[in-house]
Amino acid sequence: MDNVILKTVNISKEFSGIRVLDRINVEIEKGEIFGIIGENGAGKSTFVKILSGIYAPTEGQIFLEGKTVSIRDPISAKKLGITMIPQEFNLISDLNVYENVFLGIERSKRKLILDSKNMAKITQEVLEELEANISPYDKIQDLSVAEKQMVEVAKAMVHESKLLIMDEPTTVLTPKEIDILFNLMRKLKERGITTIYISHKLNEIKRICDRVMILRDGKQISVGPTEELNEHEMARRMVGRELSQIFPEKPIPEDEVVLEVEGLTNEDLFQDVSFDLKKKEILGFSGLVGAGRTELAEAIIGIRRIDEGIIRAWGKEVKIKSPEDALDQNIAYLSEDRQGIGILTNFDISQNVTLSSLKKYTKFLINSKKVKQNTEKYVNELNIKAASLRSQLEFFSGGNQQKVSLAKCLDTDPKILILDEPTRGIDVNAKREIYYIIRDLVKEGVSVILISSEMEEIIGLCNRVVVMKEGRITGILEGDHINEEEIMYYATGLKGAVQNA
Amino acid sequence: MPKRRFEYEKYGALFALAALFIISSFASPYFLQVQNILNILRQISYTGIIALGMTFVIISGGIDLSVGSMTALVGGVTIMTLNGAMSSLGEVQAIVLACVVAVLFGAALGAANGILVSKGGIAPFIVTLGTMSIFRSLTLYIGEAGEFRSNSYMYPELGMGRFLGVPIPVWVFIGMALLYSLILRKTRYGRYTCAVGSNEKVAKYSAIKTNLIKFMSYTLVGASVGVTAIFLSSRLNSISSTNAGNGYELDAIAAVIIGGTSLAGGSGAIWGTVIGAIILGIINNMLNMLGVSPYLQGTVKGLVIIGAVLIQRGRRNK
Repeated sequence: MDNVILKTVNISKEFSGIRVLDRINVEIEKGEIFGIIGENGAGKSTFVKILSGIYAPTEGQIFLEGKTVSIRDPISAKKLGITMIPQEFNLISDLNVYENVFLGIERSKRKLILDSKNMAKITQEVLEELEANISPYDKIQDLSVAEKQMVEVAKAMVHESKLLIMDEPTTVLTPKEIDILFNLMRKLKERGITTIYISHKLNEIKRICDRVMILRDGKQISVGPTEELNEHEMARRMVGRELSQIFPEKPIPEDEVVLEVEGLTNEDLFQDVSFDLKKKEILGFSGLVGAGRTELAEAIIGIRRIDEGIIRAWGKEVKIKSPEDALDQNIAYLSEDRQGIGILTNFDISQNVTLSSLKKYTKFLINSKKVKQNTEKYVNELNIKAASLRSQLEFFSGGNQQKVSLAKCLDTDPKILILDEPTRGIDVNAKREIYYIIRDLVKEGVSVILISSEMEEIIGLCNRVVVMKEGRITGILEGDHINEEEIMYYATGLKGAVQNA
Repeated sequence: MPKRRFEYEKYGALFALAALFIISSFASPYFLQVQNILNILRQISYTGIIALGMTFVIISGGIDLSVGSMTALVGGVTIMTLNGAMSSLGEVQAIVLACVVAVLFGAALGAANGILVSKGGIAPFIVTLGTMSIFRSLTLYIGEAGEFRSNSYMYPELGMGRFLGVPIPVWVFIGMALLYSLILRKTRYGRYTCAVGSNEKVAKYSAIKTNLIKFMSYTLVGASVGVTAIFLSSRLNSISSTNAGNGYELDAIAAVIIGGTSLAGGSGAIWGTVIGAIILGIINNMLNMLGVSPYLQGTVKGLVIIGAVLIQRGRRNK
């Protein structure tokens, strides 16, 4: 086949003697959208990291357009026309859009002076083609996550990539943005650009991918046309067994109000936010990207400024000026930004788990034995998979990192737990485990605020749902009203605007 | 059993020291003499003690360029205190007082750096570049660009004296290294220092008082400078306002980096710094014994530092 753009033969990878990828053989055709699914640690990321030159394969060969190639580093991958759009973007936030798009391949007049006008014009054209409502002169730091992703795609197009790798691109997108992204991918396909698409969301794979490869424990389980598989079958092949019910039963909250927020305002981020949280309740926060949910949570734990309004914990007004104050009130926060805020990748498990709670292990010196015992407890309870307690977190899969991050919150013995996108970027099985952990915590008396962009999660777990739009609460839903349509109405402002006036 | 990947990385400095030791013992018959070894240890103890504190600063993600001038300023003030106190107190009491003043004054100067870095939010490089100039200038002004001379006959015993045949500064260096190592590995402050240097945002969200941690690191290096200032001023029974402490910042930072602590912060080890200091000491010693021009020694030192950072960078890119 001369239509094959990429072919791998027996690609394998070992880390410290552990085989994480075992003889992967694929042939990907030009213009194809090729999906890869698998649980965390199945080897998806390792595979694409090999293709993009971040890791060298332990064995095996890669053929690009029929020729054998060695992809030594990301630069040589780029030269070969392979671009990876990572989950954490490679954009320089101080520069504007076109400067980022042309980073490294700047055009200049007479080889001396940068031709800004021309670069901005080309960028504008590409952005228009992508139907992205962004100006080439916008600063990256002012863009939303979805917009940054557009810029990454535009960058890949300007760099004339032949093969685009997208690692979990939709985790941070709203449904409408996902539609736009898929349109975009179809356009790339028309242009003959090949896309490798990694996702946990089986319905998306089904929607967009021509063929799909399923990995499990580093092994290639199957490769075939997407239309021949339904989602259920994909899930079964991923885990290697039937998935039992994903959401546990909802616990019943008590009447006692543990947290009461009244008229909370930060002039730049959110306005007049009022809600209460009951004991043993799971209170969902839904909304589109940019609705101000994370910012609200950060204000509650004392990271963001509060201009007006009061917070009461167990009926008493509290002034929380820092995360330490929040912990004093037994409020813990699990960030959506795992690697940026949640964990230290160069620390080991026990150092991470005890980072917020080190006080209870210390007189003058840290009691290593107690630290070890408690960490082992979490490793067992949360089913954290690790070679040893001393392994650094950078070598962990996303799901395991998230569990460590959660363990860190739990070790502070919180009574109120704010979970911000607790299952972002992790696989079905780990998700299910985390849902059951949340359920168990609630049973023990913890109250949970759950911020999530995953509709199913909100609907499946929460007792009540607060919907926000552009920094304001547009509705609080209960019972049968917690469904996808209703939430979307409030999130987009079709309902609830009057209520707020 | 899977191999631990960073084993080599961790012990790189130790291998370098072993190699250097073997080469040196062949290169010069005098090298292995006890007197020579003790001499090397005494020489490195001055900047070595500063380097112990510097390890904390660098792990926390900062740097302190002011330690050299700070040594001179603290040394000068120590001798002035000693002379002043001797008129009203006994000599021993005056020496004790001067030592206490040295450590506290050093800590205070370090604290000033720490406040500017943490509360002021100014880059450590800029803050300590500024105070480096300020401290030196104040020393020159107070000392009228000459020497601070002590009137005590007993004071030199501290810097020149020996205990069980080993110079007192060496004992103090070893003692402080053990203490600092314990602090870094086994206390909350030590753990938090690594966390702040690794990712300040994570540290902040983990309820760590990041400003306080940074402040403490600069205060700690200041106190360490105080100890060095005592030994330096006592060895010659004087402090030169123009020369004292010149280049100490370079030696201290070099020892930390050669010892394997990442300049980017986040991780490091005290024993690495000790080895780094010894490596620098041996190189100096060998260059002297082999008759290399003293003017060229700075070149060698510079190359070693750059080489150490190059090796670090190579490892990280793998």
